[in-house]
Amino acid sequence: MVAHLLRLKLTLLRNGLRRSPWQLVGMAIAGLYALGVVATLVIALVLLRNAGPVTAHTAVVLGGSAAVLGWAVVPVVASATDMTLDPARFTTFAVPMKQLLAGLALGGLIGIPGLATALVSLSTVVTWSRGVLPALAALAGACLGVMTCIVLAKVVTTATASLAASRRFKDISAIAVMVPLVLLGPIVAGVGRGIPASTGFLPEFALTLSWTPLGAPWSLGGDVASGRPGQAAVKLLVAVAVLGALAWCWKLLLERALVTPPYAGAGKRRGGRLGLFGVLPPTPAGAVMARSLTYWLRDPRYSGSLVVIPLLPVVLAFQGTQTGSYGSLAFLAPVAAFILAWSISADVSYDNTAFALHLATGVRGVADRLGRALACMTFALPVVLVFSVGYAAFTGNWTALPGQLGFSLGILFTGLGLSSVVSARYTVTVPLPGDSPFKKPPGNVGQTLAVQFVGMLVLMVLVLPEAALLVAQAVTGNILFGWLNLAVGTVLGLVLFGAGVRLGGRWLEARGPELLAQVTVNR
Amino acid sequence: MTAPMPDQASNPGPVAALSIRGLAKRFGGKIAVDGISLEVPAGSFFGIVGPNGAGKTTTLSMATGLLRPDFGTAVVHGVDVWQHPLEAKRLMGILPDGVRLFDRLTGEQLITYAGLLRGMDKNVVAARVGELLAAMDLSQDAGTLVVDYSAGMTKKIALASALIHAPRLLVLDEPFEAVDPVSAANIRSILDRYVDSGGTVIVSSHVMDLVQRMCDHVAVVAKGRLLAAGTVEEVRAGASLEDRFVQLVGGHSHTEGLEWLRTF
Repeated sequence: MVAHLLRLKLTLLRNGLRRSPWQLVGMAIAGLYALGVVATLVIALVLLRNAGPVTAHTAVVLGGSAAVLGWAVVPVVASATDMTLDPARFTTFAVPMKQLLAGLALGGLIGIPGLATALVSLSTVVTWSRGVLPALAALAGACLGVMTCIVLAKVVTTATASLAASRRFKDISAIAVMVPLVLLGPIVAGVGRGIPASTGFLPEFALTLSWTPLGAPWSLGGDVASGRPGQAAVKLLVAVAVLGALAWCWKLLLERALVTPPYAGAGKRRGGRLGLFGVLPPTPAGAVMARSLTYWLRDPRYSGSLVVIPLLPVVLAFQGTQTGSYGSLAFLAPVAAFILAWSISADVSYDNTAFALHLATGVRGVADRLGRALACMTFALPVVLVFSVGYAAFTGNWTALPGQLGFSLGILFTGLGLSSVVSARYTVTVPLPGDSPFKKPPGNVGQTLAVQFVGMLVLMVLVLPEAALLVAQAVTGNILFGWLNLAVGTVLGLVLFGAGVRLGGRWLEARGPELLAQVTVNR
Repeated sequence: MTAPMPDQASNPGPVAALSIRGLAKRFGGKIAVDGISLEVPAGSFFGIVGPNGAGKTTTLSMATGLLRPDFGTAVVHGVDVWQHPLEAKRLMGILPDGVRLFDRLTGEQLITYAGLLRGMDKNVVAARVGELLAAMDLSQDAGTLVVDYSAGMTKKIALASALIHAPRLLVLDEPFEAVDPVSAANIRSILDRYVDSGGTVIVSSHVMDLVQRMCDHVAVVAKGRLLAAGTVEEVRAGASLEDRFVQLVGGHSHTEGLEWLRTF
């Protein structure tokens, strides 16, 4: 039975790859990446063989503990649980619980994260091959550690399955993940500076961790090598007991989960609150605007990119503190304008087949385009203004403000016009409604890249006048160019915005059914 | 057993609510709809039945302006759907099958959105939204996001969005799928009253029993072709619609074999 389950997992994996060559490419890229990380860690562990026992012990225990923690946290937060062997699918088969558990646990090893963890863990045997006994202890520790990782992940995902199935949790966790991702640079730098500062503290920390479930299995080899067999024996007991307890928990949870499927409960709510629909003008364009704005707030695929905006100055300012020059902050307003304006260039793709409602109601193309663009503008305009003025206040160089503002507004207006045209004509692969913002379905990657690249190129050409005036002001120092830029950015930008909305509207009316057919493919 | 053939059936009354001529659509190498012509008389309750993959949804999508046909025309109350799409869509209320909704809106917001998109007056929309929610038995959940609705509730809210502008022709693709019996009965009485007052309803379904009881006209479609069309009485020709359907479509395998199934 265990062998059946393993074979099933392999078959599912193979068939999944066979479905589309892009999935194979994705798997190959992920595999190469994992291979790089694994090779680095394995070499490091092999080299640690010649390091002092305290250093090696500290490194192995800390790394191992981090791995266990990662296996517990990542599947929940990233909602990227590997559901190929979802226990719920075995409910109708009478598989004995023990064999189901063993099969699912071993099945968890198959796949890139499982294999990578196993390989790196087994390398600790090399680190402690300073004698027969330490090597054997390290081997036992590695096996226990890897199984702890996998069973812990299963316990956590089974326990939170109900929670993770709820839409609200998915929405919030998807947005929450954006924050550390954007701040990755500053975080890595901070940790990098923190580690050398606390070298004295780390061995003690590792020693403490080695008594906890997180570190116990990883400590066995080091303890034996350092002549602490008694401690090693106790930690072995801790590790075995933890694994046993986790397996028992998993069995209980699974038994319960098999008879109580995840329930995404939602309370009833009476109506009467129209939200933005009651505030904005009751016209087709106003309705589209209200709908788009509601989505910017409620759909994590949109609000995820909104979260990035307030973090933008943080990242750029951090870069400033590292290099000592805050010149990059000058890009804040233009970059924010670009990100926000370009974000609606895939609007119809984000609608997916819900776009059929626009088609069925026969809404005018111009109203559709205008509503979406104005929705984006309602918050993009204040953001650009605040960032421009904020930069001027920060540097105290108010003479640069008109030029900056003109350039940024030019990008915003022109970009919104261009996006209105692009999204009326081309669809790109985007995460499906309800999916995590990070989960891109396999699709026409070629067209997606081409649309993005050519679109940005066109935008660059369209804002050349503003860019030229910005350069002119920087070279001559004449503020007249700045005021000119403000005028050109606003007027030319708004003209191009209007033209984009009109052209996009006309194309949308002409090719609405084709657009719907295209997004249906990505369903 | 003289089944009325398409040619005879396409002999309409004075005004056709929907008239389609030679509609055809090919997806890659597969011909989904192979030249379907159909007249739906105004004021009729018209059922379109057919097995899975017969081309019902494709035909209805082409007739309502959601999918551009390779060949053929569709005319709604004298307005060509593909020449004057905006005018034609004003006359139609459409419930497409298998498309998503803007499900991050509440049920109330979604119907309001459908009304405002059609350029209706705010107060009219507000009054009708309340009545539609009550008729669909969704008043208690009006403020819940559509994404949190059950399958049947989602169907009902989509139907309400198709009704808001009081169309002359209703095109409903699988309207009763996943809808509970009580709501289905409510919806049927709404549709009956709508037809009595002169509206036209087209429903697609593969529940023969339902079509036989509910509709006055029926068309049988299989493999992208029209097999029979006319009044329900004409098409079923004395037999039950289900038997007649199986007879027309073929493929009923006489259940021999599987003897072991009785050996438990």
